[in-house]
Amino acid sequence: MKIIITASNEDINQPFNPRFGRADTFLLFDSNSKEWSTLANPASHSSGGAGPQAVEFISHKGVDVVVSGRFGPKAVSALQAAGVKAYTALTGTVSEVLEQYLNGQLKQVG
Amino acid sequence: MKIAIASGKGGTGKTTVATSLARALATAGHNISFLDCDVEAPDAHIFLHPEYNERKDVNLLIPEVDMSRCTGYDRCAEVCQYHAIVHLGGRTLVFPELCHGCGSCTLECPERAISEVLDKIGILEAGNAIYGLSFAHGLLDIGKPFAVPVIRELKRWHASEPSTLSIWDAPPGTSCPVVESVRGADYVILVSEPTPFGLHDLKLAVQLTAELGIPCGVIINRDGVGDSRVSEFCEKTGLPILMRIPLEREIAAGLATGKTLVEIQPRYRQKFIELSTQIESASKLGQRS
Repeated sequence: MKIIITASNEDINQPFNPRFGRADTFLLFDSNSKEWSTLANPASHSSGGAGPQAVEFISHKGVDVVVSGRFGPKAVSALQAAGVKAYTALTGTVSEVLEQYLNGQLKQVG
Repeated sequence: MKIAIASGKGGTGKTTVATSLARALATAGHNISFLDCDVEAPDAHIFLHPEYNERKDVNLLIPEVDMSRCTGYDRCAEVCQYHAIVHLGGRTLVFPELCHGCGSCTLECPERAISEVLDKIGILEAGNAIYGLSFAHGLLDIGKPFAVPVIRELKRWHASEPSTLSIWDAPPGTSCPVVESVRGADYVILVSEPTPFGLHDLKLAVQLTAELGIPCGVIINRDGVGDSRVSEFCEKTGLPILMRIPLEREIAAGLATGKTLVEIQPRYRQKFIELSTQIESASKLGQRS
């Protein structure tokens, strides 16, 4: 399973970025290989519609789950259409937020 | 001739200047067409008392996808500059609040799966105001994000005869709605106030008019408050200071009861008439150079 945590840079020990569409970086964790990879968010500086644009991007990467702080209404509709599950976290580093998700502590959106 | 009134900073007195200029010239027998282009918060009607006899909806054409024809080719999403249409999980989603109504997705769809439907975003109203002045304004519907199409439609709908003098009251700021309001004007009056905030936004507004290649001049409102940096900036950059309106209790009290400057202090009538003559010669000079 592929899980994305929204981040500000590639360091998993830094706090996660609570914005979804405008996060600088998506850190992708593959639960099969237990490996992290870094994806630059092409929508981070979009003038509008960053949410759907980011969903389009991650959906093409075959992502199953995305964890962020907040999702806008357009991002939520796009995530539902794309069949990507969304969860919200409050605080923590990227690796801590992943732990919270894997332990079932996070709330699903929608 | 077409004169736009802009400012950058909000609340500097655009509408005070625009309605006073309109009233002064209308009482002097000019044919005046007044457009309130501040479609998000129009208020010039409070000063000019129009009686509306025409009303028109403003619509955007937004895409509607026939999913029985859509093959997920994704050309629509590729051509959309505003990410208003995306193909996800076998569905094509439209986000009307992002759509600018350009029609590219409809034209480019290889399956002709997209048609256009009307999305009402505002209304226009027009009528005659005091002294036979022709008045029109636009009203953006609550919750709609695009002022520009309403302003564009307002200017198209109420395009004036060449013999009339058009006065366009622009919204505050220096973004797209202001560009759309000012576009096509022969001259822009920038109303500023002598404060650091007024100066900051005046500089942006001057850049905007320079970009559009429209000559401009400055009216300093609430003269006497703040500092002298707006005047110094105008002197240094060669911007004409067209008028100074002092900060006076009588003016503020009169405006608060819905009167124009020329009603509060009749001596301003002549000042505004002279202002239009000055602008006319300045804009003609601008055309020649």
